[in-house]
Amino acid sequence: MGASNFTNSVDNIFLFILAVSVALLVGITITMIYFIIRYNHKRNPRATDIPGNVTLEVVWTVIPLLIVMGFFYYGYIDYKQMRDFPDDAMQIKVTGRMWSWLYTYPNGLQTDTLYLPVGKPVTVNLESMDVIHSFYIPAFRLKMDAVPGVPTKMWFTVEKPGSYQVLCAEYCGDRHSYMLSKIVGMPQAEFDKWYASASAEIEAQQAGTEEAGAAPAGPSPEKGARLVKLKGCVACHSLDGSRLVGPSFKGLFGKTETVIVNGKEEQITADEDYIRQSILEPSAAIVKGYPPAMPPQRNIVTDDDIEHIIAYLKTLK
Amino acid sequence: MASHAIDVQNAQENYLEVKGRWSGILSWIFSTDHKRIGILYLVSIAFFFIVAATIGIFMRLEQLTMGPTLMKPEVYNRLFTLHGVIMIFLFIIPGIPAILGNFFLPIQIGAKDVAFPRLNLLSWWLFMIGATLAILTLFLPGGLPDTGWTFYAPYSIRTGSEVSLAVFAAFILGFSSILTGLNFVTTVHRMRAPGMSFFRMPLFVWALYATAWIQILATPMVGITLLLIIVERLLNIGIFDPTQGGDPILYQHLFWIYSHPAVYIMILPGFGVISEIIPTFSRRTIFGYKLIAFSSLSIAIFGSLVWAHHMFVSGQSDLANIIFSFLTFFVAIPTAIKVFNWVATLYKGSIRFEPPLLFALSSIFLFSIGGFTGLMQATLPINVHIHDTYFVVGHFHYTMFGGTIWALIAGILYWFPKITGKMYNKKWIYVAWAFMFIGFNTLYGTMLYMGWKGMPRRYYDHLPEFHTDHVIATVGSWFLYTGILILVSTLIYAVYRGTKADANPWGGTTLEWKTSSPPPLENFEKEPVVEHEPYYHEEAIR
Repeated sequence: MGASNFTNSVDNIFLFILAVSVALLVGITITMIYFIIRYNHKRNPRATDIPGNVTLEVVWTVIPLLIVMGFFYYGYIDYKQMRDFPDDAMQIKVTGRMWSWLYTYPNGLQTDTLYLPVGKPVTVNLESMDVIHSFYIPAFRLKMDAVPGVPTKMWFTVEKPGSYQVLCAEYCGDRHSYMLSKIVGMPQAEFDKWYASASAEIEAQQAGTEEAGAAPAGPSPEKGARLVKLKGCVACHSLDGSRLVGPSFKGLFGKTETVIVNGKEEQITADEDYIRQSILEPSAAIVKGYPPAMPPQRNIVTDDDIEHIIAYLKTLK
Repeated sequence: MASHAIDVQNAQENYLEVKGRWSGILSWIFSTDHKRIGILYLVSIAFFFIVAATIGIFMRLEQLTMGPTLMKPEVYNRLFTLHGVIMIFLFIIPGIPAILGNFFLPIQIGAKDVAFPRLNLLSWWLFMIGATLAILTLFLPGGLPDTGWTFYAPYSIRTGSEVSLAVFAAFILGFSSILTGLNFVTTVHRMRAPGMSFFRMPLFVWALYATAWIQILATPMVGITLLLIIVERLLNIGIFDPTQGGDPILYQHLFWIYSHPAVYIMILPGFGVISEIIPTFSRRTIFGYKLIAFSSLSIAIFGSLVWAHHMFVSGQSDLANIIFSFLTFFVAIPTAIKVFNWVATLYKGSIRFEPPLLFALSSIFLFSIGGFTGLMQATLPINVHIHDTYFVVGHFHYTMFGGTIWALIAGILYWFPKITGKMYNKKWIYVAWAFMFIGFNTLYGTMLYMGWKGMPRRYYDHLPEFHTDHVIATVGSWFLYTGILILVSTLIYAVYRGTKADANPWGGTTLEWKTSSPPPLENFEKEPVVEHEPYYHEEAIR
């Protein structure tokens, strides 16, 4: 059994075409080498002119045609299955952005690793927040572009429990090769348990938000830690002080920085207001020496989220 | 072929000795002689090739270890863009037509020059202006573009690198290509010597003719597309940018409508070179002349109808995918016919095994691997897996490098004595071949394997499971590069110190072998009259 329901069928077509190709290539090459030795001018001092042979030429037009039409048909049958979406599939939204993947389950639960039950069809609905990305799972033999403004989708069934590499296959900028994630396939019962507990946590959180008007739950560094991963912040801002695309989060809070505002340098302190502004309108004040690369996060990161994130940043000394 | 006797020693001065209005370097860069322009292209294009190959070596070095090795990602991304842009726009598209086509198309049809010699010189100047503009991006604040040579929107619209200027450079290069195509079509129609009917033209001329039509018809498409990118970047109109209601997939269509036929601009002249070399070294006529000539035209036509096979996972409709997959397989047929006919031409020949033949046959072998891996990619479900992986990188290096560049080298080795009047050291050419052949297959064969395993292309860094493969590929690149350097130095040495070459050292039958080496300024002492097929080996017919 393959990792997904398409792994084996794609491998089979590939091996079939590979076998035919190798046979033809070896045949052509051996013939070429044989002719060169057999008809070397030392063995064959005088050439014989053969301007052509219609029968032969028809044969080697028709036979390759039949072979490649066979390839096409074989591929077409399998491709039709890939694009025939089952009605009972679980719907997952996958969002690509520079440079991480975000998974959204039917009940709104969001994760940065995609946990899936084995044996159940899954439809992946792709969207992109910035440039084109491509959702690629080599073990499943599947990929599909995530195109901004154009909804795309693909489907599969995980057939074997395990952890599978997810990569971005469409070039998307500096950290393209780090836009990695995992799909974890688990038995249905185990998945149900995980899904219920993860969802419960989210519900509790949402309930907490609703109550917030009455009794504020207060910013939580734990939630902030989860949010910076989920919202993709850590793709550009490291937690350990190393330089990625943007300034590291480590020791950021309270630091004095030189920023560029409207082309002029200014000294600021990275306080709560500055961090809020940097999330909602990043290009307003760019830290000197860094590119204005971050997209505005209005409508993506909520005010509550920002409180949690600030609480978390304060802990990163 | 021609009725007049071969001029073993020319009474006229050859084109290298002729004193014109200018002297020194000016006698080259202002020359309207198609042969001198061919050499101008040879020198400039060879320079760009070495530059881009060296960039390739640095890209491979970066992959030698996991994590950062030599450079940061923003440097690596600019290097692979530059490698692609130079190799595609400055090397392989002009490549064979601009170098060997300029030099030999007029001679092979018995003409004194191309139809528009001054336009021909303008093409070279446009080529150099385009190249200069592309290099200028290096010195501007945004730096070299970091988009990949495909300039996909919306990334190319958002990036801060100097995409606009680079794209404008490619636009100018396009005009150089169009003018060369125009010149060749007119030359073939209007300048043939008496008796040189269409079906007496050498197959190299046929291939250039088919190529010239694609250059004229397809290049304006990319010109418009590249201008749209500039307009989008400067004026924010919203053609490709989805945040303004544009469609990024539209860009891909417009781009590939040119850039797919362009791969046939790249490979067809290579096929033409091979069709010249095999009959000469087999001492007999080519097998199935007309079928080879027509297969060039049908590749040009079918090749224009398959562009969307670059977009099977882009989000275009499933039906479009199925149709384009179906059409793509048809390109394989004329290509297969050519290969079979070449092999059949060796049958009952009287074969002289020389460096040009070795490179031509290697080109057939390597291009066949490129062709078969192309069939794999044309098959929809396989494409879904290997699209945008190293498999694609391996595939197009087998077709473009293995097919076109090996054929270009075969052509240069074949015509070198005619161009320079000198012969190179054959032993060193065989040494270069061995390094190149081993290095090539180690490098690109490993890429095919890695791609099938799921290594995406344009990755600055790689996962541990691909590490061994990357090390093997990098070692292969050293062999390949060494081979190229040996080849280039052997030829440069031969220009200055080579032994004197005869007018017809290989026993060729086409018109360029009926004139002296190097040819006189107007190619022939007197206008040749053509009485036979191009590959008329008298002793084979008796």
